[in-house]
Amino acid sequence: MTITRRGFLKFAGLTGGALLAGTRGPAKAATAATGTKSDVEFYGMLIDSTKCIGCRSCEEACNAKNGLPPPKESFSNEKVLDEKRDTTPDAFTVLNKYPNEKEPDKPIFVRKECMHCNQPACATACLVKALEKTPEGPVIYHKDRCMGCRYCMLSCPFDAPKYQYNSPNPYVKKCLFCHDRIVKGEQPACSEACPEGATLFGKRRDLLEIARERIYKEPGKYHPHIYGEHEAGGTEWMFIGSAPPEKLGLRDNVGTSSYPEKTSGFLYAVPHIFILWPTFLFGLSYLTSQKNDKESEHGEE
Amino acid sequence: MERNNTIPLPQAKSPTGADTVKGFLRFVLQELKPKGKILTPFNVISGIIIAVGLVIIVIRFAFGLASVTNLSQDYPWGIWIGFDVVTGVAFAGGAYTLCFVVHILNFKKYEPILKATVLNGFLAYCFYAGALLLDLGRPWNVINPIIGNAFGYSSVLFLVAWHFLLYTVCQFVEVFPAIAEWLYWPKIRKYAKLCTTGAVIFGITLSTLHQSGLGALFLMASNKIHPLWYSTNIPILFFVSSVFAGLSMVIAESTISHRVFKDQIDPHHHASFDDILIGLAKGALGALFAYLFLKVIDFVHGHQWTMLNTPMGYWYLVEIIGGIMIPIVLFTVAILKHNRKLVQATAVITAIGVILNRLNISVIGFKWYSAARYYPSWMEIWVTAAVICMEIWAFRWIVSRMPILREHPEFPEEETAHPKEAEVVQWKASAM
Repeated sequence: MTITRRGFLKFAGLTGGALLAGTRGPAKAATAATGTKSDVEFYGMLIDSTKCIGCRSCEEACNAKNGLPPPKESFSNEKVLDEKRDTTPDAFTVLNKYPNEKEPDKPIFVRKECMHCNQPACATACLVKALEKTPEGPVIYHKDRCMGCRYCMLSCPFDAPKYQYNSPNPYVKKCLFCHDRIVKGEQPACSEACPEGATLFGKRRDLLEIARERIYKEPGKYHPHIYGEHEAGGTEWMFIGSAPPEKLGLRDNVGTSSYPEKTSGFLYAVPHIFILWPTFLFGLSYLTSQKNDKESEHGEE
Repeated sequence: MERNNTIPLPQAKSPTGADTVKGFLRFVLQELKPKGKILTPFNVISGIIIAVGLVIIVIRFAFGLASVTNLSQDYPWGIWIGFDVVTGVAFAGGAYTLCFVVHILNFKKYEPILKATVLNGFLAYCFYAGALLLDLGRPWNVINPIIGNAFGYSSVLFLVAWHFLLYTVCQFVEVFPAIAEWLYWPKIRKYAKLCTTGAVIFGITLSTLHQSGLGALFLMASNKIHPLWYSTNIPILFFVSSVFAGLSMVIAESTISHRVFKDQIDPHHHASFDDILIGLAKGALGALFAYLFLKVIDFVHGHQWTMLNTPMGYWYLVEIIGGIMIPIVLFTVAILKHNRKLVQATAVITAIGVILNRLNISVIGFKWYSAARYYPSWMEIWVTAAVICMEIWAFRWIVSRMPILREHPEFPEEETAHPKEAEVVQWKASAM
C-alpha cells in the first residue's frame, strides 16, 4: 500500500518536476502507515520520568550501539547532570536533571532526543529525501543523499538534528530510533538497557493506553498530560511525569498541528499559479501590444 | 522616416571571427584580457577582498564550516543564507518586475535599463545563489534534487532549488541576444529573440513562486521566529517586498552604472533617464503601500500590541517606520517634485529596510530568546563582500564588452514603440 502510493508520488514528481511540487509526500505516507489497511503500525517509546533514576544506562547503550566516540566524562559520572545538556552529533540522547517541587530530595530525570514525529518537519523539509519517515515509525537518515543544507535543522520544532560543523565531509546526526534493530524484531538499545522500565518500547497505540492507565490510576503522582500525544501533530516518543512538561525541559511552544501542514497551503497554491499566471501574462501581453498597434496606426493617420 | 529598422544582412565574413570554433575561442580569449587601467583604487581594494575571500573559502572546504563561520546547532543558517541568498534574491527581483513592465505591459520607456537589469539579475542568481554552495555541507550533492535519485517534492526548498535553476536559464535566454551581438551571430540572435517573450512569462511565473517560496521556507520555523515577524503570510510578504526591493536596487544600480559607464550609454537614454527613475519610484511606492497594508493587517490579526513595548518591538518599529513609512513619504515627495536625487536616496533607504527585514526573519529575530546568539564571524562577512566584488567584476567585464547599456550599431531594436519620441530624441542627440 505504502509502496504503491509512494511509487505514484515519485512518478508524479518525475513527470511534473517542479510543477507538481505541491504534493504532500510524507504526510500521505504517514497516514498510509497508520491507516487500518496497513499491517505495519508505528512503534513508539514511553518515557516515564517518575521511574527514571538517572543512571545514564540509556546514554551508554546508545553510544555503544551507534559507535559514537567515548565522552570526556565516563557515563558513571553523575556530575555532568548538574548542567543542562543538549544532544550533540556525538550524543544522540542525553539525560537532564530537574528539581522536584513535590519531593525536593528526589530530582526528576528526563531524556532528550529526536521525538520521531508522526508527520516530521525534517523529512518534509528535506529536498533529497535524506531524512525519511519509515512505516515502523523511526525517522531515518540516508547520509549519501544529504547535501547539507540544514533545512531540517531550521524546520524541526524540537531542534533534534545536529550537524558536524567541524568536518569537511559533514553529516546530520540524530537518534534513529534503532530502526535497524526494530525491523529485525528487536527493541532499541536504550530501552533494552533501562533497568527501571522508565523507557518503554512498544506499539504507539499500546503505549498511549499504558500512559493513560498510569495517569488514571495514580492521579496524585502524575501530571495529567501525555507529552507527544498531540504535540507537533503527535510524536512516537511520549513523555509522562510528575510535573508539567515545560518544567521537565519539554518545549511547550510547538503547538498541536503537524508541521508539514504549515507549508502545504503554499505548496498547494503552486500548481494553480503555474497554470493561471502564464495565461494571465500572455493575455495581458497580447492586449497591451494590440493597444500599441492601434495607437501607432492612429498616429500615422 | 529615414530610420532603417531592418536587421542588416549577415556579412560574408563575421567581423569577430566567432563563427568557427577556432575563431570563437580566439575571440573569447582576446576579450578575456582586461581593458583600461588595471591599478585603480577600486581594483586594488576589491582584488584584495576577493583574494583573501578565496583563501577563506579554501579553509572552509578543508576544515569544515566551523573553521570560518559562527554557525551552531541552534543557528543552522547564518548570513550566507540570510543575506547572500535570501536578501540577494529579493534584490534580484528587479529583473522580473522590469520584464513585466516592458514585455508584458509594453511600457517601452524602460527598455534602455532592461538589459542591464536582467544581466544583474542573472549574475545575482549565479553569484549569490552560487554562494549557497559555500554554505552547503556537502555541495557535491547539490545535483541530487535535480537528477532526482530522490525527489523531495514535499519540500519548499525543492521548489526553490528547481525554480532557481530554471529561472537562471530563463534569464540567460533573456540576456542571450546581447551575447550573440557581441559574438556577431545574427542568425542565432534572431532565434534567441523569438524565445524572449516565452522566457519572460515563464520567468515571471517562476519568480513569483520562488520569491514567495523563500519566505515559505520559514513557515515551519514557527516556534523559532519572533511573533512580530512570523506570519502565515510570509510568502506573500516576501513576494510583494521583492518588487520594491528589486526596483530600489535597479534605481541604485543604474545610478552607479550611469556614472561609471558614462561612455557606454546612448544619448537617447541620457535624455530619458530622469523620467525612468521617477517611473520606477512610482512602481516602488505602489508596492510599498501594498506591503504596509499587509503588514498592518498581519499585526492587527496577531494581537501583537503588547509586544511593541519590548526591545524586539522597538526594533520592529525601526524596520516598519524606517524601512517602509519613511520611504513612502520620501518617494511621494520626490515624485511630486520630480526630484531625481531624492528618488535615488530613498531607494537606498528602502534597500536598507529590505536588508533589515530579511535579516530580522532569518537571523536577528530567529531564536531571539536564545542565550547563545549568532553573530556572523568576520570571515563570513568577508566572504560575502568577496562574492559581491566578484559579481561587480563580472558585471563590469560584460558591460564593457557586450551591448548591454548601449545598442549594437548593427542590431538596432526592431520595434520602436513610439517612433515620434525616438525621432525627437535622435534630433536632440544630433544637436548635442
